[in-house]
Amino acid sequence: MSGNANGYKWIGTRTIRPDGVDKVTGRAAFGADFALPGMLVGKILRSPHAHARILSIDSSKAEALPGVKAIVTSADFPEIPPSEAIKGSSPPNYRHLSQNLMAREKVLYDGHAVAAVAATSAAVASEALSLISVEYEVLPHVTDVLEAMKPDAPVLHDDLFTGGVEPKPDKPSNVAKRVEFAIGDIDAGFADADVVVERDYSTEGIHQGYIETHAVVANMGEDGQATIWCSSQGHFMVRQYTAGLLNMNIGDIKVTPAEIGGGFGGKTTVYLEPVALLLSRKSGHAIKMVMTRDEVFRATGPTSGSAMTIKIGAKKDGKITAAEADLKFFAGAFPGAPVHLGCMCGFTPYDIENVKAVGFDVVTNRPKAISYRAPGAPIAAFAIESAIDELAGKLNIEPLALREMNAAREGTRTAYGPTLGVVGFEETLEAAKTHPHFSEPLGPDQGRGIASGYWFNVGGESSASVSVNEDGSVTVTSGAPDIGGSRASLCIMAAEVFGIDIGEVRAVIGDTNATAFNRHTGGSRVTFALGMVVVNAAEDCIVQLRTAAAKIWDIDVEAVVWEEGEARPAGDNAGKFEPLSLGDLAAKTPMTGGPISSEKSSNVQGPGPAFGTHICDVEVDRETGHVKILRYTAIQDAGRAIHPGYVEGQMQGGVAQGIGWALNEEYIYGDDGRLQNPGFLDYRIPVASDLPMIDTVIVEVPNPTHPYGVRGVGEIPIIPPMAAVANAIEDAVGMRLTDLPMSPPKVLEALENGG
Amino acid sequence: MSALQYKAPTSVDEAAALLAGASGEARVLAGGTDLLVQLRAAMIAPELIVDVKHIPELTSVSVEDGVYSIGAAAASAELHENADLFAMWPGVIEAMDLVGSTQIQGRASLGGNLCNASPAADSVPAMIAASAVCVIAGPNGTREVPVEDVATGPGQTSLAKGEFVVTIRLPKKAPRTGDAYLRFIPRTEMDIAVVGVGVCLTLDEGGVCTAARVSLGAVAARALLVKDAADALIGTKCDDAAMANLDAAAQAACSPINDKRGTIEFRTKVAGVLARRATAIALERARS
Amino acid sequence: MAKNHVTTTINGEPVEFLCETQQTLLDVLRDELQLTGSKEGCASGDCGACSVMVDDRLVCSCLVMGVEAEGSSIETIEGMADGENLHPLQQKFLENAALQCGICTPGFLIAAKSLLEKNPDPTETEVRYWLAGNLCRCTGYDKIIRSVLEVAAEAKGA
Repeated sequence: MSGNANGYKWIGTRTIRPDGVDKVTGRAAFGADFALPGMLVGKILRSPHAHARILSIDSSKAEALPGVKAIVTSADFPEIPPSEAIKGSSPPNYRHLSQNLMAREKVLYDGHAVAAVAATSAAVASEALSLISVEYEVLPHVTDVLEAMKPDAPVLHDDLFTGGVEPKPDKPSNVAKRVEFAIGDIDAGFADADVVVERDYSTEGIHQGYIETHAVVANMGEDGQATIWCSSQGHFMVRQYTAGLLNMNIGDIKVTPAEIGGGFGGKTTVYLEPVALLLSRKSGHAIKMVMTRDEVFRATGPTSGSAMTIKIGAKKDGKITAAEADLKFFAGAFPGAPVHLGCMCGFTPYDIENVKAVGFDVVTNRPKAISYRAPGAPIAAFAIESAIDELAGKLNIEPLALREMNAAREGTRTAYGPTLGVVGFEETLEAAKTHPHFSEPLGPDQGRGIASGYWFNVGGESSASVSVNEDGSVTVTSGAPDIGGSRASLCIMAAEVFGIDIGEVRAVIGDTNATAFNRHTGGSRVTFALGMVVVNAAEDCIVQLRTAAAKIWDIDVEAVVWEEGEARPAGDNAGKFEPLSLGDLAAKTPMTGGPISSEKSSNVQGPGPAFGTHICDVEVDRETGHVKILRYTAIQDAGRAIHPGYVEGQMQGGVAQGIGWALNEEYIYGDDGRLQNPGFLDYRIPVASDLPMIDTVIVEVPNPTHPYGVRGVGEIPIIPPMAAVANAIEDAVGMRLTDLPMSPPKVLEALENGG
Repeated sequence: MSALQYKAPTSVDEAAALLAGASGEARVLAGGTDLLVQLRAAMIAPELIVDVKHIPELTSVSVEDGVYSIGAAAASAELHENADLFAMWPGVIEAMDLVGSTQIQGRASLGGNLCNASPAADSVPAMIAASAVCVIAGPNGTREVPVEDVATGPGQTSLAKGEFVVTIRLPKKAPRTGDAYLRFIPRTEMDIAVVGVGVCLTLDEGGVCTAARVSLGAVAARALLVKDAADALIGTKCDDAAMANLDAAAQAACSPINDKRGTIEFRTKVAGVLARRATAIALERARS
Repeated sequence: MAKNHVTTTINGEPVEFLCETQQTLLDVLRDELQLTGSKEGCASGDCGACSVMVDDRLVCSCLVMGVEAEGSSIETIEGMADGENLHPLQQKFLENAALQCGICTPGFLIAAKSLLEKNPDPTETEVRYWLAGNLCRCTGYDKIIRSVLEVAAEAKGA
């Protein structure tokens, strides 16, 4: 397993992940797998209405039910005034978070939490919920983004005034914010164009669809010290948010991370933890809460849906002269749609002189949107990459060639300000062009689509400690949950630095008391940012090891080098000494100054932005509108693949999610504003028989700021698929579909109306 | 809270007595793949559950003079593994095999699929096309009812209190008879049928269709037996003109709804398409 | 409300438990017997994370009543490895990075094992349809399907 074409011993090898055996034997403990003696079951009562005023809540009958130990409503939570909505440097808006956790004056979506019960069994808790009487005054609701923007739309928040516009509006509305990113002169750019394409697009709200539902066990001690066990993308996030929502000291809460059964951005906030803790405080027992799948769909996730207009102009030779996007994203019940990220990412694959992207963040009577893999970017890319394809058709230029002509590269200025450093977009296009898939012949009713995507990748606050144990084995302790193999990548990087066998390194995810602050796992940051901190800490340990060897040999530390897992004298001048292995030095630490360890914290900068390019083949059944994915190839610049197996896995998983987004996934609301498909039966994520094998090509253009060249990996693969599928359908049947999902009824309707 | 009782009788009479004697709502448990979901979602709140899988007649398959008697609670996976049954009635068995995942197949049954009375039940149009008959037991003995007369609307059946389906009988198949079932779903598995079509037809030695039954699922409040669609085939060699008439007749019979699974227009059009496609398969089977 | 007394066999060991009629086999495994390797992803038979074998049939344990287990033989993920020795599918999943978050993995392993016992040499399409009731949101299924095919191929070659 050791030795590697890239010159490294472990980087780029397919090691067995350290947490793997527990996960294939059923021993790994996920959120719902934890239990405490005497714990109670907590359940939440949720609104059946999309928009209603709460006139009264009467829980007296529920309280009288034997076995009911505590009931909480919003009245039990501290009210957070607007002036205290933002605490510290890292949002959320705590006022909104608190209102989302437990509805106050109004319920704002079907599924909005209204009350919670703790009882001795699930059955008692369920019965108690049915005994709570809530009197509602039902209000008009709005779930569609364009409807929500109309002047006469039902207004969700009477204290919400559109930000980012001058003058400040004097009336509240559902438009929380307007953002704009622009370079050059957009009008001049279009005036210069020979060909212009312009079209409207839309996407539906979709859910992250993690298989593990949200789960927590919380216990409030008599001394006010709280302990929380839960699965999340960041247990420091859980601690911070819970403290902020309950007005507690952060230091009084300890959060222990469970294994996390998928998050994809959806587990970067809290829904249950503060509620469980309050129930625990009130009842004097530990509380376990596990969401049902119905609750997950109705009250967590999803990502925004949108209405978009894209306009792109080009010269006859293919040079794009201007590009304009108007993006309206709905955020759900509280502001926070990732529309600014869509504006920033959408046109970045291209070197365009004149760009204008305007975004609107709009509230609607749906659950509050939360991150989903490259938040905002896939939505914008669906529209923009479709428009690029249409432009290529109008120019009669092969779509990949058009992308090559306009490709962003080092030195390209982005619409959001920065100039790109070393990036690998052109390399992905080249790899696509030379891939056998690109030139494979197609049959009748079959088509091929290409699309690209861009994501910044993310750094951020990261802490880790590296300890050399008494036997020379190494423990890496950090505080970022492993959502898909990051323990493996941290072990690989540490083993590489130490030059020891991978089996000698263990990665541990510590609780919030065991390690210093880590930002949550998300944005493709862990292998990059936390990896950098681990490498720094390991390198610090090497200095300590060399110092120890120098002490033993009684020579200068500069005369000791660290090679292949052992301290060696640096050449003949340093003296003749037998090398000291990690184990030798570890055993001698009592005589050489004490334990070898290093703890590092950093707000890591310099993530490597990255690009992907996808090729998709489809076959369309013209009589039913069914679209079959025949073949799929994903190409991506990973900077450096630390563990290629998990890089491929991220790419394949992102593609599968993107295909689901393209073809069948959608939130379906009835006229009553209630969610019609809160389950895996009718929220149709791809199943194994829907997909072909997903080919991957990892392009490696190293990120200069990372010691091994790592860029982020996990976000990019979900960005291109929707447009790749749409472009393939267009190639197959000559119809451009502009509204996601491209489900059979929509495809058939398009074929009937103009095919 | 009322206590939910579970009983596992070992005879038809015992089961009928239990069901008839229940003071509150009683439910038959076959594979449970619908019942447990409804229980969990609090859509139903029975006081008694009668597990019929310990009654031999309900879980076995027998054949006599070419007539198959299939236990109403026999797991679909067992039917699929019965090579003789599969060879005789591939349309019915394939239809049942389409219900849910491999895991569901380990439990789901023809009787359950029928009595759950979903308009979209996959096996029902196939059974109707195949002229299947139910043997129903109850406190007053047994009676036989054509499959098309069991469901009366979504979740509603013609079964009286205390009655349950014991077996499903598939008739002796005439020579040169073939059956087929096709459904449309958005994915390739795990969805409820948006449209389902069962076809069974018989040819004479010259290849002319002498008998046919066409049944549509998920396009009305219950599965339909569409005589006009069958008439489009009878007396023809199922040529393009007959297929076009079949398509039109199938579409004309539809009275679907718009819902999260499909639109009226979509369901209607696809019913015609699948009628043609299922007929083509049935035809192939009748010829071979 | 008297509980039901159930005698059964789980992973080869005789087991007795008490359960309420409403409890599913999955509830019993997880909450009464602390066998938490079977996961609840939907409680409606749509995700397969709770897959177990009951009398050699692959089922969703969320769609089996606990009381129905009387007299039956149940196999769960906890019984898949032979002591320290992983089942070839478990080993292959590890080697091929066929799991990311791991929540669906026990269900996939149980389902894949049941496939290879019935059909030792499946095609890719057969594997995909057999496993269509097991949802995975992380992997795109590619490495899972490959792992099952590879284990089948190696068993054939052995």
